[in-house]
Amino acid sequence: MKLEDLPETPLSAGGQSRREFFRRTAIAAGVGMPLVLSGCHVIGAAGRQKLDFGDDFGVLNYAYALETLEAKFYQQIVRTPPRDLKPGEFEILRDIGAHEVQHRRFFKRALGILRIEVPEINLSSINFSSRNAVLAAARTFEDTGVAAYNGAGTRIRLAEFLTIAGKIVSVEARHAAAIRDMISPMSRSFAGDDVVDAHGLDRAIKPREILSMVAPYFKTPLRIAGI
Amino acid sequence: MTPKRLIDADPEIAQRLVSRREAIAKGASTSSSLAMGLAMGSVPVALAALSKDAFAQGGLPSLIVDVLNFALTLEYLEAEFYQTGVSTRGLLSSQTMPVFDQIRKHEVAHVAFLKQVLGSNAVAKPTFDFTAGNGKGNGPFADVFRNEKTFAAVAQTFEDTGVRAYKGQAANLMGNDTILEAALRIHSVEARHAAEVRRLRGQKSWISLDIGGGLPAATQASYAGEGNRFHFILAQPASGISLTEAFDEPLTKGQVLEIVEPFIAGS
Repeated sequence: MKLEDLPETPLSAGGQSRREFFRRTAIAAGVGMPLVLSGCHVIGAAGRQKLDFGDDFGVLNYAYALETLEAKFYQQIVRTPPRDLKPGEFEILRDIGAHEVQHRRFFKRALGILRIEVPEINLSSINFSSRNAVLAAARTFEDTGVAAYNGAGTRIRLAEFLTIAGKIVSVEARHAAAIRDMISPMSRSFAGDDVVDAHGLDRAIKPREILSMVAPYFKTPLRIAGI
Repeated sequence: MTPKRLIDADPEIAQRLVSRREAIAKGASTSSSLAMGLAMGSVPVALAALSKDAFAQGGLPSLIVDVLNFALTLEYLEAEFYQTGVSTRGLLSSQTMPVFDQIRKHEVAHVAFLKQVLGSNAVAKPTFDFTAGNGKGNGPFADVFRNEKTFAAVAQTFEDTGVRAYKGQAANLMGNDTILEAALRIHSVEARHAAEVRRLRGQKSWISLDIGGGLPAATQASYAGEGNRFHFILAQPASGISLTEAFDEPLTKGQVLEIVEPFIAGS
């Protein structure tokens, strides 16, 4: 489905209820809001820390929360890089951090007033003075990010959002491969058998499980609804 | 072992479990067969259920068949490329062999997977000319299986193009969650491949602006449009190259076929 089709076309074949149609239309209308409000400062949705997967904004907020975690992680690395990084590695981590900041910024702008509160991140369990610790955490975050996008794709209703998620997830997968290669150069690890199965498929993990995996890094728990 | 392993090991079991006759006899619907496959934790079983029932009832939607056959054609191309590369004596160094062999393994698995889903609707494998010479064997990559650098350059182009090709088709699979999720899971594997081949070639793992990175001019179509700074309905200000790196861009089927066409020798 294309955005411009929304008012006329009740979307893909197969039993679309009226309610579903109007819900999708509402999504399209909501998308315009950030533009309408772009002249104002960002209005945080006070008190809202719930990811409601009943509509696409739940998925977008989910992605926003995960990108915020990643962005904060790399920003901390750039502020206090481990002394034992090898030549060229700081630049790679800095670049990845810049990408995550771009992703976070995209979701923040796309969500506008429908955004959850800025999540408070707790990275105190990570030893930022150790290259090994930082790269291991980066690998976990990137692999988790890939699995999270892959597992949430089917929850997205608007084609444009699915395409955007696709534009981001492949960059996360590039990050994952690069980090894995830094840990274990020129090996099979970049797409290792621990993440890619015998059919050549990467992992896809559903939101509830992802959120329990990343829960230790969020000061305020992200609640989940609509699944 | 677990039911999942048993079923993965024996496609016959999957077929018997989801045969149309059985489904009708038990009054089961397509979705219950699908649910069975999903409950068993096996995507291939779920897909087998889906394709069998769907074909029995008049076929998967033609749009989905078209997308999957398009993907299969690209996977045929990649699988044969890496099969030939890793088995050509003296082409790959011992250092790069594990990387290319891992990619080969995945591309071969993707071919098998897509053929299983498509069943009798699967297109046949074309014959390829990896020099990009349309069958003449003297295209711009004439030494592709004699020179590891050329091989790696072609590999990077295939992988970066593959990522863009899957991305461009995702929305066409929205009517079928099982197939969409499988395609997304292939898509991110292709991106891992692309990142690693780029690193192996001394490039960044991501695409800056629309620059392939030390590649022959013949590959430029694979990178056209990667410098895009407009995402969804939000125009983002030009702020260095990180914005272009942070988002990979889709290609249409037509664009991809144009890129791949010189590598096709015949059908």
